[in-house]
Amino acid sequence: MQYDVIIGLEVHAELKTKSKCFCSCKNEYGSSPNTNCCPVCVGLPGALPVLNKFAVEQTIKAGLALGFEINRTAIFERKNYFYPDLSKAYQISQLEKPICINGHLRVFDKDIPINRIHLEEDAGKLVHSGSETFVDYNRGGVPLIELVTDALKEPHMESADEAIEFLTKLRQIYIYAGVADCELEKGQMRADVNISLRPKGSKEFGTKVEMKNLMGFKSIHAAIKYEIARQKEILDDGGKIEQETRKWDFDKGESFAMRSKENAEDYRYFPDPDLLAVEISDEDVARLKKSLPPLPDEIKKKYMSEYGLSEYDTDVILADKEIADFYEACLALYPQPKSIANWFTTEVLARVKGGAGLGISKENLVWLIKAVDEKKIQRLSAKEFLADIWGTDVNAESEAKARGIMADLSSDFVFEILDKVLKEKSSVVEQFKREKDEKILNFLVGQVMKETRGKANAQEVKEKLKEKLGI
Amino acid sequence: MEITKLSAVEIRKKILSGELSCKQTVESFLKQIEKNTAYNAVLEIFDDALAKAEEMDKKIAAGFKGKLAGVPVIIKDNILYEGKICSCGSKFLKNYRAQYNATVTDRLLAEGAVILGRANMDEFAMGSSTENSAFGITHNPIDFDRVPGGSSGGSACAVALDMCPIALGTETGGSVRQPASYCGIYGLKPSYGRISRYGVVAFASSLDQVGIFSKSIEDNALMLEVLAGEDENDETCSKQKVDDYSNFSDAKNLKIGVPAEILKMTKGLECEANFANFVDFLKACGLQVVPVSIKDIELALATYYILAPAEAASNLARFDGVKYTTRNADAKTLQQIYKKSRSEGFGKEVKRRIMLGNYVLSSGYYDAYYNKAKAVQGLLIDECNKAFESCDVMIMPTTLGEAFKIGSKPSDPVETYKEDVFTVTANIVGCPSLSIPFGKGKNLLPLGIQLFGKKFDEKTIFSLAKFIEEKR
Repeated sequence: MQYDVIIGLEVHAELKTKSKCFCSCKNEYGSSPNTNCCPVCVGLPGALPVLNKFAVEQTIKAGLALGFEINRTAIFERKNYFYPDLSKAYQISQLEKPICINGHLRVFDKDIPINRIHLEEDAGKLVHSGSETFVDYNRGGVPLIELVTDALKEPHMESADEAIEFLTKLRQIYIYAGVADCELEKGQMRADVNISLRPKGSKEFGTKVEMKNLMGFKSIHAAIKYEIARQKEILDDGGKIEQETRKWDFDKGESFAMRSKENAEDYRYFPDPDLLAVEISDEDVARLKKSLPPLPDEIKKKYMSEYGLSEYDTDVILADKEIADFYEACLALYPQPKSIANWFTTEVLARVKGGAGLGISKENLVWLIKAVDEKKIQRLSAKEFLADIWGTDVNAESEAKARGIMADLSSDFVFEILDKVLKEKSSVVEQFKREKDEKILNFLVGQVMKETRGKANAQEVKEKLKEKLGI
Repeated sequence: MEITKLSAVEIRKKILSGELSCKQTVESFLKQIEKNTAYNAVLEIFDDALAKAEEMDKKIAAGFKGKLAGVPVIIKDNILYEGKICSCGSKFLKNYRAQYNATVTDRLLAEGAVILGRANMDEFAMGSSTENSAFGITHNPIDFDRVPGGSSGGSACAVALDMCPIALGTETGGSVRQPASYCGIYGLKPSYGRISRYGVVAFASSLDQVGIFSKSIEDNALMLEVLAGEDENDETCSKQKVDDYSNFSDAKNLKIGVPAEILKMTKGLECEANFANFVDFLKACGLQVVPVSIKDIELALATYYILAPAEAASNLARFDGVKYTTRNADAKTLQQIYKKSRSEGFGKEVKRRIMLGNYVLSSGYYDAYYNKAKAVQGLLIDECNKAFESCDVMIMPTTLGEAFKIGSKPSDPVETYKEDVFTVTANIVGCPSLSIPFGKGKNLLPLGIQLFGKKFDEKTIFSLAKFIEEKR
């Protein structure tokens, strides 16, 4: 049977802020356990939360970047449940009045509706060691935004590829907006996925299965494909889908049931009496909107129309904000967008993706690109040279001179070599004069290039040769 | 001169003038506490109290003139004082030491108070008799067989028996005013948001306030001046300017409102005649007494017993045997740690309210209970605001009658909850209310009357109380 697949996403991202959501402890990854802690974030008796206004602003910015409406009054609620990483046994979150409502994100050719973005606090982390378990509350209270897509509205995400595209774009927007770093390996972006299937054309929703706390786009992709196949098989066999929460085991490449609907938690949400309602003014929203840096879609338009880059090159450069920022920095020194883009999409990205890091200064890179454009260095030798100086802090110009790879066609040197070759290969020259065969001319160019050890520009050598031979 | 009979204002004056030393003062009060240990008002005398008094003498000698310079104070066992045990009257926290100072503790210390010890209370402030403490019952200072009221019964008893001139309690539904009434002293529940709650172990966050017990109205006003005012650690603490409460204004032109519904509710109760006497007394003093109405005040009690347990269930969830509370020794799995530790750690009344609170918040019941109660709260706020359009202060009895006998309340908890019928409204609407001693019951035990003021208008109720004190 044919099925429609409906995929819903709940995406958590840790906000980029100096301090935590409800106390002044540092929001910092990688500190020693329980060092970024205070009475508030470890939930000591008597401690009270005080809202970090910047976290609210970051949430609003995230919402504006995705075309959300911003609620003028937002409230925080308590989500009550017991777990040792949750110091107060409730998480401060938002249910009835989140900060952002009704947004959307373009995924391929669809505008995927998004229900909300709300602000909440992250939990701590359990650290297991042998038979013992420890709790690290450093992450407890870190501001987290949760985005929930609206699977009740059309159009739906229908495949693992679409879900990954959604997440990739979302991540890119958060990073460009400066609201979150979304480093996946640090768990700064995590997703829960809901999947339901229904017979093709049916209007009724199927039973949905939730997969919790997926980290890394690879596991999300694999988990979605697995779940679609699993549900399809059950339905094809005439079975029924259980409403449940499943956990993805990355190593095994399969999911297993965690919790059924009957055991679903009742979180007993209610407004947190320790916190005031958040009042957001039109002025706040206008100010934050103005402060938003250019976002990928906007930059893309500029690159394609103003800079004349291809869509492919644009996407490749914009995919990583660090690369894009570096591209802009180079452009500021040398306003030749296409020329720089060529180097980025090939040499620069190959090295960064290969794990070598962004190992060159904008000054060195621009000098080199310019030198090639001005035909002072051969492209091939420039590429080798770039590889050599990558990750060092040499001055490109003096190093290139020292290595003698700079071409200088006006120098007597090239003419000398030209004359020398013409003299040595006089029989070939005669042959060319008779036959006017391009191949013979190219042979002579090759000889000159060989003598200059590749420093000369082949095209120009050819021109000079033609001049000499009176063509 | 009996030092322990002096008011805080007098003590400070005598210490600053050199007539008394802080050490000598503290010694007298400590002796008084030790003499009265049978009442079980004070759970622990802090072992550094005398040393702190000596330090204070040096500070005063060096020119320190804090508003509470040298004044001994006792705090309720749910207010954090760094390094000291804060058990909330619960065996679950019997060894818990405060990791930081409550804002009120900081403010006491900054103005030169010496904190003598911590006072007994109903476990987690849930109760009206201090019979629910895990550390024994506190006795009524006037009749040993009776309760002192609660939940701040220890603090009230301590002040009444001259163990300190001022003590701090906390209120959620009457826990300062009711024991003040039973012990024959002043007890203030300030406006919600007047005093920071930071470092006060939460019962019901939207209703909790620190309250003040004293034998003199001046002491009460002075203490509020010290404690009130905004706090960056508590969002719900108001930025509203703090009045000069000790500078009483003229009360003779105040209009006093008597809610018609209160007259109906007092019918047949022990407090009925006393309340009528009080109204006559005010009239005799030349004050204008006008009828007002809080139409739905009878719903206040039910509203309170939905909102308070709901918040309590959530606030007390952090006491889970995982971190600082006592963990059950036999617990092996995580579920066992939670279940066994909480079953063992909490007393019966606390468990009852946690269950009640979780029930009213649970899906399917939330709208019928919690949301409905919030709606009634809104109604009561409106009705009080309306009533205050035609009066400056409202009056009502504090309690049904005299302090009841220890162990006399029936097993039905609702009977005990009814104790709070006159006090909960002030908490629900966030207005200040001061219980003043007035009149006696049939056993010649003290009764109290509430002076119920407009939000953040503590100054007017203090002024009225002073006026009444002078006219008596």
